[in-house]
Amino acid sequence: MAILINSETRVICQGITGKAGGFHTKLCLEYGTKMVGGVTPGKGGSLFEGLPVFDRVDEAVKELRPDATMIFVPPVAAFGAIKDAVDAGIKLIVVITEGIPVLDMIRIKEYMAGKQSRLIGPNCPGLITPGECKIGIMPGYIHKPGATAVISRSGTLTYEVVFALTQARMGQSTCIGIGGDPIPGTGFIELLELFNDDPATKNVVLIGEIGGRAEEEAAEYIEKKFKKPVVAFIAGKTAPPGKRMGHAGAIIDGGAGTWQSKVDRLKAAGVEIAPSPAEIPAFLK
Amino acid sequence: MTSPAARVHPRDGLKICEYQAKRLFKERDIPVPAGGAVVTPEGAMAVAIVLGGEKFVLKAQVPAGGRGKAGGVLFASGEKEIGRAAEKLLGKELVTRQTGGETFKVERLLVEQAVEIEKEYYLALAVDRSGGCVSAIASVEGGMDIEEVAARSPGHIFREKVPLDEPGRIESVKKLALKLGLSSPMDNEFTDMFLKLAAMFFETDASLIEINPLALATCSGKRGLFALDAKVTFDDNALFRHPEILKLFDPKTTDPVEQEAKEAGLSYVRLDGTVGCMVNGAGLAMATMDRLAEAGMAPANFLDVGGGATVEQVVKAFDIILRAPRLEAVLVNIFGGIMKCDVIASGIISAARPAGFPVPLVVRLEGTNADEGRKMLSSAGPKILPVSSMDEAVKKLKKLTGR
Repeated sequence: MAILINSETRVICQGITGKAGGFHTKLCLEYGTKMVGGVTPGKGGSLFEGLPVFDRVDEAVKELRPDATMIFVPPVAAFGAIKDAVDAGIKLIVVITEGIPVLDMIRIKEYMAGKQSRLIGPNCPGLITPGECKIGIMPGYIHKPGATAVISRSGTLTYEVVFALTQARMGQSTCIGIGGDPIPGTGFIELLELFNDDPATKNVVLIGEIGGRAEEEAAEYIEKKFKKPVVAFIAGKTAPPGKRMGHAGAIIDGGAGTWQSKVDRLKAAGVEIAPSPAEIPAFLK
Repeated sequence: MTSPAARVHPRDGLKICEYQAKRLFKERDIPVPAGGAVVTPEGAMAVAIVLGGEKFVLKAQVPAGGRGKAGGVLFASGEKEIGRAAEKLLGKELVTRQTGGETFKVERLLVEQAVEIEKEYYLALAVDRSGGCVSAIASVEGGMDIEEVAARSPGHIFREKVPLDEPGRIESVKKLALKLGLSSPMDNEFTDMFLKLAAMFFETDASLIEINPLALATCSGKRGLFALDAKVTFDDNALFRHPEILKLFDPKTTDPVEQEAKEAGLSYVRLDGTVGCMVNGAGLAMATMDRLAEAGMAPANFLDVGGGATVEQVVKAFDIILRAPRLEAVLVNIFGGIMKCDVIASGIISAARPAGFPVPLVVRLEGTNADEGRKMLSSAGPKILPVSSMDEAVKKLKKLTGR
């Protein structure tokens, strides 16, 4: 058991013949993910790594019955690609693409309201259930099956944390990057709800960063409803105020969203704060 | 307690100056006082003559708020006074509460007819992260710091979602007008203005439109609602579909090195420490800076090479990092995912030629193609100090910099 994906999950890639889409489809296949095909408009009928390529998402869905899609298309085409996946009824839509306009995300979230699809990302590394299924760009070898869940707003910082867990012989149930954009498809709370009910997950590592209120809101949920231990790491303690730090989301925002406000709120909710990624395993023991 | 305004205020994206924002307002028939932008005292006097009237306001044009308190806004009557005020403002170095410590040199002024104000309001439209929507914030207390208002009298601040559809927007604005206590005909003017602002927000991919104050005033003999100030920020990610907005960007308002980095596709922020940093991913970059600071070292920069960087971009990144004046060492901390470590290694090798690096280079490579990268560096590579973790990197840097 884990959440959202497992060894049975059938996955397609939108943008499978592109440079990044192709490279990571290969790595997902090598990891053991049940990649079943892909979509690139104009390349329908061809094969990629032995997988069938379709012109359209609905055609691919009809033939391949995927449970999930991994989207690598450029930002200009992302809105349409996500909408196609929603319309075709794909349950899990993982968007790796970085640089999608924020109003496109607002529009797509409104479009998805009441529909059965879940969106992870954009601007995220994807998700992985170690030993079973990897959908995304994270290096597979650093993961190990186990009972610790990881939820993160950052990409590479997640790898750092997972690597530390694995070196400390603490495996992971499912690791998810929700993405660094201001409006993610799925937030901390929705995933905490899933982990709350997942018998395979014993505890959770939450990785946040300065900017926005997502960590504060997660703390509120944890305090009220979450039953398992949570350890958090928040990046950006020493970031200068009011300067952009790469992620559109990571801006110190007046009094809200500072490192201190996040740490204080999480501590008040009973969450332990690790001073560095390498020290997280010690807090879970 | 955080203010509801602060919660939805983005501070990133492409910021434009007030005079540019007001031009966009004018194009959409959103009422602003009569005025003109100038770059010389003579220009200021000429604009005043063309506008006519008694009293004028001269406003320094820098892309940041808090100008009034920083001395960037002056009132003047008569030609001579206007000339003197303009001389005083032009060339002034302005640091406000909202410039993030940066100094802006005033090179342009907006000269406007001073208006007779009866009542001041606040109105802003902004991307609301928590709500996953665009939200409007309005207050009966305009013309002052909205975050202070929120802290002092939260009941004076009203918030409504700005829906994607026009009927939904009309419903929202009616609620706001009622809460602000606007009666006919001002409620209709407010509705009209709000709908035009909302259309502008969605059509231009704005991330913030703030009017503070939105004033009930008399200007050129007309009584009504006027946008006396205008702050507009656009979503960087959407500029590909708005070439007309991209043209409004004034490179002078950005640190030249940061601009150079941006053009090379690198996310870079200049800092004043001694350890240069090259990291992939904003979160890991911030965590790396935090670790350095805890160990008593100061980063010379923030640099995220991103996910799809090429060898050329890595070389460019070194070029920029190595320019820092007090540099003692450089840390490369890469955890490859979409970024491949062999690309970083190639970049290091190219950047080192022919004389090697002027300061010690501590390199940590992990993740996608890490083995290839490490091998390339150990066989063909220049003199570097390889490490296997962030903590080891910090220890080595401490020794190198004697801290």
